[in-house]
Amino acid sequence: MSVEAREKRQPWILLSPALVAVTLLLFVPLAFIVVYSFWLRTATGADQTGFFLDNWNEALSDPFYRDILISTLRIAAITTLVCAVMGYPAAYFIARSKGNKALLLLMLMLPFWISYIIRTMSWINILGVSGAVNWALIEIGLINEPLQMLYNETTVILGLVHFLLPFMILNVYVALESIDISLEDAACSLGSTRWQSFLEVTLPLSLPGLAAGGLLCFVLSAGTYITPLVLGGPTDAMFANLVFEAIITQLNWPLGSALSLMLLAVLGTLVLTYNHFLGMGQLMKGLG
Amino acid sequence: MDNTKRYERLRERYLNGDLDRRKFLGLIGAAGLAYGVQTPFARHAFAATEQVRFDGWGGVVSEAFRKYAFGPYTEKTGIKVVDGTFGGSDEYISRVKASQPGEYNIAHLSGVFDYARYAGLGLASELNEDNIPNLKFVIPKLVDVFRKVTDGKLSCVPYDYGTTGLAYNRKHISDEEMKEKGAKILIDAAYKGKIGGWSDWRTRIWYASLQTGQDPNGAKNMDAIWDAIRTHRDLALKYWTSGAELMSLLAEEEIYVTEGWSGRIYALQEQGHDIGYMDPPNGFGWQECLFVIKGSPMEACEELLNFMLAPETSIAVAEGQNYPPALDPTKIDLGKKIPTLPAFDPKGTLDGLTFADPTYWNGHEQEWSKKFGRIQKGY
Repeated sequence: MSVEAREKRQPWILLSPALVAVTLLLFVPLAFIVVYSFWLRTATGADQTGFFLDNWNEALSDPFYRDILISTLRIAAITTLVCAVMGYPAAYFIARSKGNKALLLLMLMLPFWISYIIRTMSWINILGVSGAVNWALIEIGLINEPLQMLYNETTVILGLVHFLLPFMILNVYVALESIDISLEDAACSLGSTRWQSFLEVTLPLSLPGLAAGGLLCFVLSAGTYITPLVLGGPTDAMFANLVFEAIITQLNWPLGSALSLMLLAVLGTLVLTYNHFLGMGQLMKGLG
Repeated sequence: MDNTKRYERLRERYLNGDLDRRKFLGLIGAAGLAYGVQTPFARHAFAATEQVRFDGWGGVVSEAFRKYAFGPYTEKTGIKVVDGTFGGSDEYISRVKASQPGEYNIAHLSGVFDYARYAGLGLASELNEDNIPNLKFVIPKLVDVFRKVTDGKLSCVPYDYGTTGLAYNRKHISDEEMKEKGAKILIDAAYKGKIGGWSDWRTRIWYASLQTGQDPNGAKNMDAIWDAIRTHRDLALKYWTSGAELMSLLAEEEIYVTEGWSGRIYALQEQGHDIGYMDPPNGFGWQECLFVIKGSPMEACEELLNFMLAPETSIAVAEGQNYPPALDPTKIDLGKKIPTLPAFDPKGTLDGLTFADPTYWNGHEQEWSKKFGRIQKGY
């Protein structure tokens, strides 16, 4: 075999374990889900095999699913916006700090050492009727009766921001780190103020990082079901809760499959749009 | 398939004329030879069952099982009990459906409707009752209802019973008010934002039946029921999804009133919380069983069931989990604590409890669970 042919094969050999894993763990199960979405659930809970479009008809034409999907996308958009507003200054601070960057990044990663569910549930002890905030407000005399702060859409968004903020900060940080700091100085030396140099130079150059962080936050929050389950009220369900309910509570795997593919299609379109305009390279940088 | 079934099938084929006499006798002979050869090793093969998987409701219930049943059983037999939990039988059935035969073995199911549903999905095993002599101590009525579902055979042993009644915080709601309002307190606007409820469609429909003055096992006006469920949803702070969440919401005073599981409320009372408990007329009674799933190592499972039904184990578990055992109080002395537990029936007839009719509930399961899912989310 020629050296050229061997060099051509080498990347594929190196990639093959990952490709096998992705095929077996992602594409094959996905194919099963596609097949399932055309089956039907019988009255006993067993599945009826075949090719039926009933689940797709229901998923695409029923306003119930459309409304929850829109509500999910709205919550995901608000979460992403809050993460961007809160995350950018934090990332900027870390990127521009001198000497203690490693410590700050370590602190940023610390929450990942604790389970996401535990982190979500911790808000119950903070915002609950007998939680830390109510206790403090009563102690300092600001209120007499505890405030009802939990189990609404705001607490769902709060829980999501808590979970996703580090993803945003990391992506923006990576983008800011790659900007040559002398560009800001150059802008200042040409007469712009610090604020102008930030707006005209730094912010535009860091936008790919912001977009990558935004994409991650949006996709992850739109697909969550734990946060609304733990911190939401009776009507704060998101689309993934519908998938969970169809599959687990109603034992309707075919409908659950159709719903999960619908969510995948919406989020997939978003990722493809991002890739078309910005490319996936920035996202990979942010993921380390 | 056991040997008896194999012989019966063989005999049927012979009688149908599918096998000639010579072949039939030859196969019987071969089977006999195989049995003779394997018998000396069978004991070792059965002994090879190293573990049995048990899935239950978690929390104080699982703690009681671990402490009083699984630990001593493993010590005695050397068979490990892998102890899993679930939030409800719907969730569990989904897991079993996705599993390989034999992966899940025994489940602590609630209600005859669950038993019928699992049997309907082809998950019922067939217990050899000779291997469970302690079954004789169980209240006959509890055994009979299961037999009816599976043509006289059993796939489970009854284990305990309880109720889903009304739990309320006595600091904010008096016993008199509860007696006066009954199930309707869950749709009382005076407690908006302080009401809870289990996110289980059966329980919601059951209580809506009581709130609308209908028979929970035969409601006629479903529109009124859905309206009552909507009213409850709009007044509720949270639908709880597990016993632990129920206890936390009540203990932390996030909610003042909800329906709740009798044993969990008793546990809260034991912890010193001033939580009252009341079964309204036609309150939701249920009986739990230990269901053996098809494909499980039957002898090991039967041994575990027999061990768990032994009066000393059963009483200890009942005292730990706060649900009365299925043991017949006219045959067994249940000690001092059990007669104080909510829903306990000293006569063992259970006439005072209303159980869910499996035909009625399972017949509407597909339609109602879906409809409730929508209403729950604001529709």
